[in-house]
Amino acid sequence: MKKYLKTYPDRCIGCYACERACSTLYFKDDNAEKSCIRISGADSAFDINVCNQCQVCIATCPTQSLSINHQGVVILNKSHCINCLMCVAACPTNSMMHFKQTLYPFKCIACGVCTKSCPVEAIAITKE
Amino acid sequence: MGKIERKLLVEYRYDLRPVIKGYNRRTLYINLGTREIAEKPVNDLMVEKFVGGKGFDLYLMWHGVKDNTKWNDPENEICISFGPLCGNTNYPGSGKSIVTTISPLTGIPVDCNVGGHFGPYAKFAGFDAIELQGKAAEEILVYIDGDKGLIRMVTAPDEEINSHILVERLIEEFADSPDKYQFVSVVSAGRGADHCDISCLNFSFWDKRRKVARLKQAGRGGTGRVFRDKKIKALVVKYSGLKGDTNNPVDLNMLQETGLKLHREIEKGDAHQCHMRECGTAHLMEIMNDYDLLPVRNFKYGQMPEAIGLASWEFKKLFTQNMPDGCWYGCSLSCCKAVDNFVPRSGPYQGHKVCVDGPEYETAAGCGSNLCIWDPKDVVELNFYCDTYGIDTISFGTCVAFAMECYENGILDKDRTGGLDLTWGNADAAFEILHQMARGEGFGVTVGKGVRKMKEIFAREYGADPSFLHDIGMEAKGLEYSQYMSKESLAQQGGYTLALKGPQHDEAWLIFMDMVNNHIPTFEDKAEALHYFPMFRTWFGLQGLCKLPWNDIEPEDNAQTDEPAKVPEHVQNYVQIYRAITGKPLDKYELIRQSERVYNFQKVFCMRMGKGRRIDDVPPYRAVGPVTGEEYLSRAERYDKQLQDKIGIDPQGKSVEEKMAILRAYREDQYQQLIDAVYKRKGWTPEGVPTIEHLRSIGMDLPEVIEVVKRYL
Repeated sequence: MKKYLKTYPDRCIGCYACERACSTLYFKDDNAEKSCIRISGADSAFDINVCNQCQVCIATCPTQSLSINHQGVVILNKSHCINCLMCVAACPTNSMMHFKQTLYPFKCIACGVCTKSCPVEAIAITKE
Repeated sequence: MGKIERKLLVEYRYDLRPVIKGYNRRTLYINLGTREIAEKPVNDLMVEKFVGGKGFDLYLMWHGVKDNTKWNDPENEICISFGPLCGNTNYPGSGKSIVTTISPLTGIPVDCNVGGHFGPYAKFAGFDAIELQGKAAEEILVYIDGDKGLIRMVTAPDEEINSHILVERLIEEFADSPDKYQFVSVVSAGRGADHCDISCLNFSFWDKRRKVARLKQAGRGGTGRVFRDKKIKALVVKYSGLKGDTNNPVDLNMLQETGLKLHREIEKGDAHQCHMRECGTAHLMEIMNDYDLLPVRNFKYGQMPEAIGLASWEFKKLFTQNMPDGCWYGCSLSCCKAVDNFVPRSGPYQGHKVCVDGPEYETAAGCGSNLCIWDPKDVVELNFYCDTYGIDTISFGTCVAFAMECYENGILDKDRTGGLDLTWGNADAAFEILHQMARGEGFGVTVGKGVRKMKEIFAREYGADPSFLHDIGMEAKGLEYSQYMSKESLAQQGGYTLALKGPQHDEAWLIFMDMVNNHIPTFEDKAEALHYFPMFRTWFGLQGLCKLPWNDIEPEDNAQTDEPAKVPEHVQNYVQIYRAITGKPLDKYELIRQSERVYNFQKVFCMRMGKGRRIDDVPPYRAVGPVTGEEYLSRAERYDKQLQDKIGIDPQGKSVEEKMAILRAYREDQYQQLIDAVYKRKGWTPEGVPTIEHLRSIGMDLPEVIEVVKRYL
């Protein structure tokens, strides 16, 4: 099974509510650069960047800090991570995030908090 | 396997404190004979003039040895240092240790740059360098617990000392639990180092995926022999606290951004540049063969059709793919390839399943093409046994190639080799030589003395022509050549012979710039390259860095820059990570000056030990031109054309011998003119002695240095 956040960018209106919900939950800070989901573009052409749980990063990690949980979600074990950020560069969709001056990378764990904030259902938790 | 009973000989406790801006500001001194363990402060002079890494090693050694210290004197030291940038997990290639000692092969300081986890862990355990002196009365090991601030010297009655077994046993013994094996690293040698000068040290790292200890080598110059002569079986370090800011950098953001930039460049570029992630440095095999640069038959030729059997795609089939094969964390270049589940067909581990590191290019060329051994699995087997026995694959290849050529020429025969048939390509004979080195018996021990001593023995005992042996014996200063053909690159001839420790390519690799691209046509151009690149590359050894991420991956627009050979963007990366960690100012010019101070100090150190002048910078003619008629005839068109175009001699009607003599006189003269130009550029006298004015101008005019120089002016 793979649980992930499926995106429908054609529905996105660029309200950034998802970014706010994410960064507020995980960093206690309304800051798009601390969000696991990122909205880019303008007017009616928006793009949604978020981890699709493809697992490429897992093979990159030298300390095996990245693994798949029972739901098929890629999660980071901070106690093993030595902050090399190789996973950030290896991510094929640029969805492994890093905020400057902090040590750890971070990523979407498909918690779904952002879906509740989206007014147009442009994102949805999906299981395959 | 029962637990080994160890007797505690001495215990030393020290205060744990954080690394500040890349430095501990203390080194660790251990006297194996007196069992003294002490901390030494790192003073400002050391930091300002010697920087770290090799600089610290040489500074400590200078004050530890005497002018006449030999490799096996108790006062000889093994110094292992790490450098201020060592251990950062952000910039690829940042986990190197630098090992120095007075070499049994050369009698002067040798320096080796080695990966593995020992260096960073020992640094974060609390020390900028480890200085080992004296000889233990019995077999010992030294354990450094960087979590507790504890050092123990204990007895080491371990019977199995070959590295691939000893290291895993020690990791099991000293790790807190099996899930913490990655926090322990071991330095060890092997049985070969008990008997042979061409020995090395293995630095381990625990491979979490493969669940094996991997081994990286401080390969050149006989470090393993000194280690075993001191009766050290192993150094063990444990450190569990690694994070991305353990160096306490002043600008974490700059460090991370610079590292990420290179990670992304490697992600994008490696697959169509050097393929380091797929093949490691073995990707060079077919390139060197294509350009007539791959050593074949003791450096007679640079090319052979059979070499296709050792092409990188053949090794790629053996290397496990898609693994994060960095020898330190954060190295996304991941060149450290491994052959899993290899089954040796000879020796004491015949039939075992083992994991073999490499082969890297030097091993594939030295133990493969140079011996005409064309089966990659035979090369892997030689690689495995060299490593576990603590034998340097480069010197092994060059030594066996020399012995095989002597066999070909009747200088050796089966009576003299103890029954070994040293015909080119006889892998079984090469295996047996290696096993004899480990057993300390037979002709293997003779080979293990190195090319220089073999030359003396073959001339003295077998009546061989000393001048022929000198021409084909690929050594200078006592160290064996590494595995590139330099005949058609004058600059590389200098790069090899001027290298302070002996002919290793880590100071300068100029063959493509010189021979292929003709970018440095004049003596002055070559001299500038032989100044800049050795200085630039020395800097890696001061900082605890690897050379490979400098130019084995290049920015996409590198070719459009003013000086593509220098990879300017990457030079700037190094300036930035140095500033980010140490907080000290640096630009690309001061970077070179940092190196120049230490380089000249090492030069004077060599002179103090009795070598290091022009008379020592002499190549064997095999490195310069064709020694034999068959070599000349194999490239007759090339050499005839050079006689015509460069010397103005019509080759028509001349015998091969006549043409060879003319070519030799010309090439040897060219070499001497090159040396004149290089010495001048480096600020040295025509005899190769640094001038006092030059030492003053670079800030390396310490009284003890000037005192040595004056002896030679």
